[in-house]
Amino acid sequence: MRFVDEYRDPAAARALIARITEVAGDDHFKFMEVCGGHTHTIYRHGIEHVLPDTVELVHGPGCPVCVIPMGRVDDAIAVAQTDGVIFTSFGDMMRVPGSSGNLLEAKARGADVRFVYSPLDALRIAVETPDRDVVFFAVGFETTAPSTALTLLRARELGVTNFRVFCNHVTIVPPIKAILESPDLRLDGFLGPGHVSTVVGNRPYRFVTEQYGKPLVTTGFEPLDVLQAIDMLLAQIREGRCEIENQYARVVRDEGNPRALAVLAEVFELRPHFEWRGLGFISQSALKLRPEFAAFDVEEQYRIPGVRVADPKACQCGEVLKGVIKPWECKVFGTACTPETPIGTCMVSSEGACAAYYNFGRLHREVAVTLGR
Amino acid sequence: MCLGIPGQVIELLEVHEHLARIDVSGVGRVVNIGLLEDEHLAPGDWVLIHVGFAMSKIDEDEARRALEGLQLLGRELDDELQALATSRIATGEGG
Repeated sequence: MRFVDEYRDPAAARALIARITEVAGDDHFKFMEVCGGHTHTIYRHGIEHVLPDTVELVHGPGCPVCVIPMGRVDDAIAVAQTDGVIFTSFGDMMRVPGSSGNLLEAKARGADVRFVYSPLDALRIAVETPDRDVVFFAVGFETTAPSTALTLLRARELGVTNFRVFCNHVTIVPPIKAILESPDLRLDGFLGPGHVSTVVGNRPYRFVTEQYGKPLVTTGFEPLDVLQAIDMLLAQIREGRCEIENQYARVVRDEGNPRALAVLAEVFELRPHFEWRGLGFISQSALKLRPEFAAFDVEEQYRIPGVRVADPKACQCGEVLKGVIKPWECKVFGTACTPETPIGTCMVSSEGACAAYYNFGRLHREVAVTLGR
Repeated sequence: MCLGIPGQVIELLEVHEHLARIDVSGVGRVVNIGLLEDEHLAPGDWVLIHVGFAMSKIDEDEARRALEGLQLLGRELDDELQALATSRIATGEGG
């Protein structure tokens, strides 16, 4: 328990908050946490409401489920409804709405859609069901993509011919760049992602400091990690430094995981462009299978609709994902759009800013308002 | 799906497939350790597990910290552990 107390110690938190308040002074700072895991921590622990008004946290696009556009969900459903296909997916993706329903509803209509915990489970189904095509709906940042890559290498090694991947893996750097280019937003720095950085390391973020002059601190998932990272960002700004710092060095190494990076390079190549929900098309922001793996590639082996579908008008996920508005400022938040009946992806995944706020943040905010903060 | 769950290596299984049996919250699970090939994992080591793959080696303090943090999530951790329980990442072809 000592370890936990150390990272949730109220006295340590109070000391950090006091210093943050003092260092921020009368200026206003806006920091973006890129990763959905951080958004979750921030709402779960009410961090927004213990920070001074001068320090604002903006929630970024680091939830891989939240950034999949509706058209790709429609494509997934079209593949799932193809005769003979067993379609496998992580649980989070099952409830993400396409233009006419989600995967669970496709399952109810008769498609063979199955939940899997790991891409290796999908491969196993393929091995056990040689007369059916087994498709894995691959989503996720560089945290998850190496798992898909190793599974594909294993499938090739085993000579499995009925395993396919519908690849929707995305990369972390291009959306950060897109946000830095966005005229809507003035940011003073970033809380860099935790788990993604275990794979990519800290080096890919150098452009944030070198080209855009914003500090970035790679951050862990405990409440004190987040507070400490904010403190580090403020210290950099006040001392006139602009650096990549690693608050989460107990897990993240500067060079990342070379083995995982090698596997990614072996199996995937960058797509020329990919559509992100709310952010539009971003060049070189997603992965596709290399031509050597075409036999495993759903996009090579199936006729998929590939139709671009605009987000529902009422849905403001795009603005939430760019940090332009807060979840509760969306017109349909908590009324038409709830975790039970999500309209937008940010309400589907527990790491989505809207779901995290709906589940936890609301209460903290109401209490804070009641207490006159 | 973005959770990283800590576990402790019980034993290394089939070397070629990079599989290990790992204790996750008291239950032995088969996990792929291919991404940590260079870490030369041994029984007793702690790792963070993500979608059936060990993604980073961590120390015991960090494992406890992560687990306590996850326990606060309640239902989400239960869902993730339940999902892990359905997983059948096994050794051998279809075996």
